Amino acid sequence: MALPLADLYNTPDERNLLDTMKQGVIGKPLDRPEGPLKVSGTATYSAEWKRSDCAEGFLVLADIAQGTVKAIHADKVLAMPGVVAVLSDEAMIRRSTQGTAGEAPAQDVHTVDYFGQPVALVVAETFEQAREAAQALEIEYDAAAEPVPLDPQSPDAKIEEPSDSKPVKGGDLDKAMREADYAIDVEYDTPGHASAAMEPHATIAEWDGDRLTLRGSYQMLAFNVKEMADCLSISPKHVRILAPYVGGGFGSKLGITHEAVAAAIASKQLDRPVRVVMTRQQVFQTVMRRSETRQRVRLAADAAGKLVGLGHEARVSNLPDEDFAEPVTQATEFLYGGENRLLKVEVARISRMTAGSVRAPGEAVGMQVLEAAMDELAQKIGMDPIELRKRNLPVKVPVEGTPYSSRKLVEALEQGAESFGWDKCKTEPCQTRNGDWWIGMGVASAARVNVMIPAKARVTLKADGTALVETDQTDIGTGSYAILGQIAGEMLGLPMDKVDVVLGDSELPPGAGSGGSFGAISTGSAVMRACEAIRDKLAKAMGCKAEELELQDGSARHGDARQSLGELTGGKDIVEVGSIKPGKTFKDYSQASYGAFFAEVGVHAFTGEVRVRRMTGAFGFGRVLNAKTARSQCLGGMVWGIGSALTEELAFDVRDGHLVNHDLAEYHVPVHADVPALEVILLEERDAAASPLQAKGVGELGICGAAGAVANAVYNACGVRVRSFPLTLDKIIPHLPDPFASPA
Amino acid sequence: MAATTLTARVNGADRPLPADARRTLLDWLREDLGLTGTKKGCDHGQCGACTVIVDGRRINSCLSLAHLHEGDTIETIESIGTADALAPLQKAFVAHDGFQCGYCTPGQICSAKAMMQEFAEGWASAVSEDVAARPEFSTDELRERMSGNLCRCGAYSNIIAAIEEVMATQAQPGRAGA
Repeated sequence: MALPLADLYNTPDERNLLDTMKQGVIGKPLDRPEGPLKVSGTATYSAEWKRSDCAEGFLVLADIAQGTVKAIHADKVLAMPGVVAVLSDEAMIRRSTQGTAGEAPAQDVHTVDYFGQPVALVVAETFEQAREAAQALEIEYDAAAEPVPLDPQSPDAKIEEPSDSKPVKGGDLDKAMREADYAIDVEYDTPGHASAAMEPHATIAEWDGDRLTLRGSYQMLAFNVKEMADCLSISPKHVRILAPYVGGGFGSKLGITHEAVAAAIASKQLDRPVRVVMTRQQVFQTVMRRSETRQRVRLAADAAGKLVGLGHEARVSNLPDEDFAEPVTQATEFLYGGENRLLKVEVARISRMTAGSVRAPGEAVGMQVLEAAMDELAQKIGMDPIELRKRNLPVKVPVEGTPYSSRKLVEALEQGAESFGWDKCKTEPCQTRNGDWWIGMGVASAARVNVMIPAKARVTLKADGTALVETDQTDIGTGSYAILGQIAGEMLGLPMDKVDVVLGDSELPPGAGSGGSFGAISTGSAVMRACEAIRDKLAKAMGCKAEELELQDGSARHGDARQSLGELTGGKDIVEVGSIKPGKTFKDYSQASYGAFFAEVGVHAFTGEVRVRRMTGAFGFGRVLNAKTARSQCLGGMVWGIGSALTEELAFDVRDGHLVNHDLAEYHVPVHADVPALEVILLEERDAAASPLQAKGVGELGICGAAGAVANAVYNACGVRVRSFPLTLDKIIPHLPDPFASPA
Repeated sequence: MAATTLTARVNGADRPLPADARRTLLDWLREDLGLTGTKKGCDHGQCGACTVIVDGRRINSCLSLAHLHEGDTIETIESIGTADALAPLQKAFVAHDGFQCGYCTPGQICSAKAMMQEFAEGWASAVSEDVAARPEFSTDELRERMSGNLCRCGAYSNIIAAIEEVMATQAQPGRAGA
């Protein structure tokens, strides 16, 4: 039997196994198994583990942008009540760790790279004592001799090509632009964003001899273990991380952060557990930002609205020597046609906290701009924007020529349009007025690359007829507990109350971790493969082929033969570890999740205030593993889209480099009142190239283009095209039509 | 932390208030009483994760010092229902997936419980048409009244659906004028 169970995923698994199973739990909108713990306040998050004799650490941040620490006047602080240590160790990290780094970031906090960088840790018996001492700690600095600019637009900023991506060039874009029937050449900008996960970063560190245990809030434990070990120059075998519940991540907990390393060092030095919890302001200032972007989009179309040229160039920023550059053009590479093309990202080296992954790096800001520019082109041609998009879907990826694995973009546009009532959209702006409000509609495509990360999982079919799924995979709200249990339940023919899922312990087989929408398909595939191996053994015991074996409700059937799982296993546990790694299918096919957004907004005719009135998203991301949690992922993404469109913006003071809005009162994430009725349509799809599950990533898709739909609706409502996100009212008011004029 | 002889009533039991006057109500609940269901999201009254019910009213426990609550009656998420015996509001949150990461959830639920009571008592909100009249039930009223509780996962639609379901199945003073 030629099962494609090699680790590397080289050939699309067309067996479509999950559809041949009998239990009927896969894809169902089942409740999260950990739900009762979360709603009763009994799920234990990072800072909530009770450790006896635990000291409290409080980070001290630099109040200069660049320089070196000259002196730390610890004596006065050490004399304060309860204070036990002031640390400023060379191993403490000054930058956050990039996702999947697997090694230490820049260390030694005596050099200051950006305003708000941690430079010391004060440890005391209680939180209040540590906080007061930290606030009293005096630190002297020497200013940097050769500072880098604070502003990404500074003419002095050094501009570099990203180390990990090359420009995409094809044909002659300039010529295509000159000769096109319709051409758009526009510049947009998007501001920096914060992940702003609700649980602030926190770690409790404790040592047992040379073994370190961390209870913390992380997304990718197998990587985090290596990062921590590298920071401390110890063996990864001596580091254990526990993170069963993580209060949101959105990229900010992909890599080890400052508080974790500081807690570990302090705990070693003091020989007792140490907890370090970042304040909300510290999280904002020092963890991670999405880079602001300035994007130039050029679209050249022929008379029929077919793209002959496409340019997408972006400037982003990061600290010197950081490899990460917001991959703004990631989806532009494969979404639309236009053989004459230039896609390029450049990175300005500046002094601002580390730029890294924030939910849907690349597409989150690249797609909303591309989709707004597409709307401008549709308007210029006088073509329905859905029709424009449908006319420009290439058969193969332009320039590189790769075929698509599966693409439900047309279906998403059509089904979304029908459900939303797109046929009522007026083609010209300023056509609908409701009291003081201009009303308009907008549409945008959604696209997000599909990624697989090597993953392992262990599944035990126990003698008592229950199953146990174990992996270090985290659940950051994404639904890992639910979907991994459903995969095992479906494959092994067990109802959900017979399947237990244990996650978030680095001593378990390494899953993919949570990030890049890859957790479900990677770790889920590992679970599936472990179950396949168990099924092989059960089939052997049953005397049949695995594909002939029917498992349902704890019983095994082959033809007329029927046995309980307990009888089949002979009273012994069956333990299997499943494994998967991305292989040739990721080179042979362009893999992405797709969708479409539809937004209806009101723009206040006098104030320019924008309110999203309703929104529809239709999404195709391969097999839906759990319709409830998948829908929630989409809803959450759309909420982020509303924030990105209207309110979210990191504001840095370019005089001294400090982040002005470093809390939730000033950095405006959407609240209940900002979020109207949202409709989510999940399309049926199977994508065998993406994973043996036939599933693709969904965690970030809901944001990728959503803000573009809102911006396009604003234009449709009031005729104001804002090319600077977020669309705050100050950018709209000066361009509003006469509020007293009757609709055009 | 050392305690005083002063007490507040927490989830039905008198508990000694902390010695350190700097300790917030939130930190007292979490650190001294082990009631970690109440979450610290911002420590500045900006997110609502720390919402508890004091003498029947919802407050951000991070904005209040423990010492201010001598003799007060405090209800936290732990008193609303347990994992094995969930209250209707908690069940509705699970059924409607009114959470993802779960960190804002206890605050949302405490806030919703008190909000329903405020609504029943006829309190107006910023979106009420007539602030002197008993408010009409509407989804916009719920959204307005719950806007002090942030959810970064973006579960808002599901949270509102959960609250609406519970309000629909309970007596509706806002609708019936009771």
